[in-house]
Amino acid sequence: MTEAALRDPMRDPAAARPPAIELVGIDKSFGPVRANRDIHLRIEKGTIHGIVGENGAGKSTLMSILYGYYHADAGQILVDGKPIDIRSPDEAIAAGIGMVFQHFMLVDTFTVLENVMLGVEGGARLKGGAAKVRAELQRLERDFVLEVDPDARIEDLPVGLQQRVEILKALYRGAETLILDEPTGVLTPAEADHLFRILAQLRDQGRTVILITHKLREIMEATDNVSVMRRGEIVATMKTTETSPAALAEEMVGRRVLLRVEKAEAKPGAPILEVADLSLTDSRGVKRLDDVSFDIRAGEIVGVAGVAGNGQSELMEVLSGMRKADGGRLAIDGEPVDLTRPAAAASRRRLGLAHVPEDRHRAGLVTAFSEDENAILGYHDDAHYGRGLFLDRRAIRDHAVRHIEQYDIRPPDPRLKAANFSGGNQQKIVLAREMERGPKILIVGQPTRGVDIGAIEFIHARLVEMRDAGCAILLVSVELDEIRGLSDRILVMCGGRIVGERGPEASEAELGLLMTGISSTEAAQ
Amino acid sequence: MTKIRSRTRGTARLPAWLDYSLVPVLNVAAAFVISGLVVLLVGESPIEAVGYLVYGAFGYGEGIGFTLFYATNFMLTGLAVAVAFHAGLFNIGGEGQAYLGGLGCALAALMLDRYVPWWVTFPVALALSAGFGAVWALIPGWLSAKRGSHIVITTIMFNFIAASFMVWLLVEHLSPIGSMQPETRTFGPGGTLPKLDWLFAPLGIDIGTSPLNITFLVALAACLLVYLLIWRTRLGFEIRTLGHSPTAALYAGISPVRITVIAMMISGALAGLMALNPVLGDQQRLQIDFVGGAGFVGIAVALMGRAHPVGIVLASILFGALYQGGAELAFDMPAISRDMIVVIQGLVILFAGALEHMFRPGLTHGWSLISRPRETGEAGRPKEIAR
Repeated sequence: MTEAALRDPMRDPAAARPPAIELVGIDKSFGPVRANRDIHLRIEKGTIHGIVGENGAGKSTLMSILYGYYHADAGQILVDGKPIDIRSPDEAIAAGIGMVFQHFMLVDTFTVLENVMLGVEGGARLKGGAAKVRAELQRLERDFVLEVDPDARIEDLPVGLQQRVEILKALYRGAETLILDEPTGVLTPAEADHLFRILAQLRDQGRTVILITHKLREIMEATDNVSVMRRGEIVATMKTTETSPAALAEEMVGRRVLLRVEKAEAKPGAPILEVADLSLTDSRGVKRLDDVSFDIRAGEIVGVAGVAGNGQSELMEVLSGMRKADGGRLAIDGEPVDLTRPAAAASRRRLGLAHVPEDRHRAGLVTAFSEDENAILGYHDDAHYGRGLFLDRRAIRDHAVRHIEQYDIRPPDPRLKAANFSGGNQQKIVLAREMERGPKILIVGQPTRGVDIGAIEFIHARLVEMRDAGCAILLVSVELDEIRGLSDRILVMCGGRIVGERGPEASEAELGLLMTGISSTEAAQ
Repeated sequence: MTKIRSRTRGTARLPAWLDYSLVPVLNVAAAFVISGLVVLLVGESPIEAVGYLVYGAFGYGEGIGFTLFYATNFMLTGLAVAVAFHAGLFNIGGEGQAYLGGLGCALAALMLDRYVPWWVTFPVALALSAGFGAVWALIPGWLSAKRGSHIVITTIMFNFIAASFMVWLLVEHLSPIGSMQPETRTFGPGGTLPKLDWLFAPLGIDIGTSPLNITFLVALAACLLVYLLIWRTRLGFEIRTLGHSPTAALYAGISPVRITVIAMMISGALAGLMALNPVLGDQQRLQIDFVGGAGFVGIAVALMGRAHPVGIVLASILFGALYQGGAELAFDMPAISRDMIVVIQGLVILFAGALEHMFRPGLTHGWSLISRPRETGEAGRPKEIAR
């Protein structure tokens, strides 16, 4: 259709109105890698256009070209039918293109108003500018149902509202086309739904939205059109109503993928991890963990569902020894563990507890270290890796090469810095390190965050394999699908407490309610 | 905004060899160009001035001896800054730690110099100077690790405490009875480190009366040991892990308290060792203010040398040359006073330290333009970008 429309604009009614954005033959290489090749993309005005693809498919590069971070090697960008040259984000904003990043660009200690006016203060004195911004904000909030208190400080706002501030910022700068890069990564299901309502509102008011995501469900729910990228190319563009998640996944990966986890019935053994009355109060006096008690048996996966920030992170930190608890008891394989010692991760590892942390960039890896150094992080005191005080570089490298082979880590270069691996491969580095010693207990946080579909399949299969080998697994994830697909039992956390336990057959709605602290009996009333 | 930009820009990286060679050379060149302008303003020829400076530093044996003598100080204080830096700590208390190290080695010499030969005093002085420096760094390290006090503030305050403490000791207790000088008595041969003329004579270099002594070899050995410590040992692995990511350190079961304290003690010990050079190697007595800013120059040396021992050796020699050549220059060109030399040294510190990143973005950009057609593998992979 695009081709035909280009040739004869008079015959196609859609082409009578120029598209909001049109990319013609965009090409971009980094050294020998062609991140984008011959991209033709037409984004109609007043639509929500989804772009899906695996990590490394070239989505972000393409959007970076559109937003002026990169300059394409070849090709043309047309905005409203007029070719323009975008050389910097400022020029993109001037052309009516706004972007909301995955990681927010907000000053935490500033108010909403101050953040919105940041960079467009309109003079040396703030007062006049502020009044103008306030009036304009009120109008935008009214038009797009984007209520945020302009005088609230960013750090006091939940993530969903912070994201709204980002959207307001872009709109305030006159964005006709809004690009959102993986916007739901940090949101609860309810917040995500609200975001999609806002996007729909924007579309109905004539704005254009480009939604970059790897979550197929979001594409199906929120978009009008969808383009699939694979290896730098757009392999398909279609109307969302005419496709299905399975078809999209196949286009993305280039082969059939399993969207469901295949696993046999669990055969739980003796309890390996016993937690009783765990409590933790943070420095501000907020109870982060409140009388948390549960057991995990050998050979079962226990999922912890909950809205991010309800104690799951603290639970993992306490169990893995990164943080001390105020009270409670913990036993690993029957052996009691002292919870009041700080920095006790090493002794937990010696007891057979492995930990794949939620945040691989900050905790799981030292991104400035090479792959092989990361492969021994936390196990660097092992006798295998050297004699006495010294580390044996060759032994470490050989060890890393084994990981690379077994877990298919790419590129297979143990000397490459961890920062230079893709998200999926970084996660494989961590998983290989934590899984290969056959731990008794594995604590896994967000195992597939920012990981592409191919790698998700692999990671899920490994987790089930570990379980079948008799490992007790605690799985924390914000992806309810993942929790429901993998877990044999599901604990739901809210406000630092375990508010319920359900089987994997529990519906998403039921779990969603529990996550907000409403039990199903209450909900029934 | 800038954050994102640096992230995307950062993907085009300078190859290591360029980053480690061209960037420092450019920084020094920039410092010299500005200094040259200053010399022009004073009405002297910059070319001639550079000639005097280079000749003074490297042109004859004695000059080389002095250059390396100063470089010895900077190597040890530079290593001190570097070790702390690898643990993510900014130890700017090298000045005070070296001062206390001086007390340690002076006490060793005062106790032993009349009874034993130098090679008996030497290991004791070595241990005491390192030990006193380590203890002086331990206190801020412990305060930082346990109480969260900021190490930059505490170490700089400890410089002042050290200075006052030493004045009190020198005036009230250590100066010989009847002397008005705030300094100890002069040590005998048992408290004097041997010169290195025997080492340089076979090379045809006569270091003359310069005070270059075996502390130079101690400094070189320290460079090697620091290299082994940081990149070859388990402790070094833990230090670097903490320096890059405190969260990852906690995750890996590394105690931040333990590593902070250990890294600060090693740092302080290295700074303390520096005292051997002027106290036992040159003056044979403990004088007031003998450190003379070497602790601070160590910061510039560590920055310029990228906290790597090889870089630190090179940067130390540069600063040693500036000290020695600068003195010579002030002597030969009366229009250029000693203060001017301090200005030139300051400019080098400014460009090499504070403005270290000034030329890098441009260079990186230039390099990405040149290298695009043949860039391969690691540097060119846009994995992070193409997320």
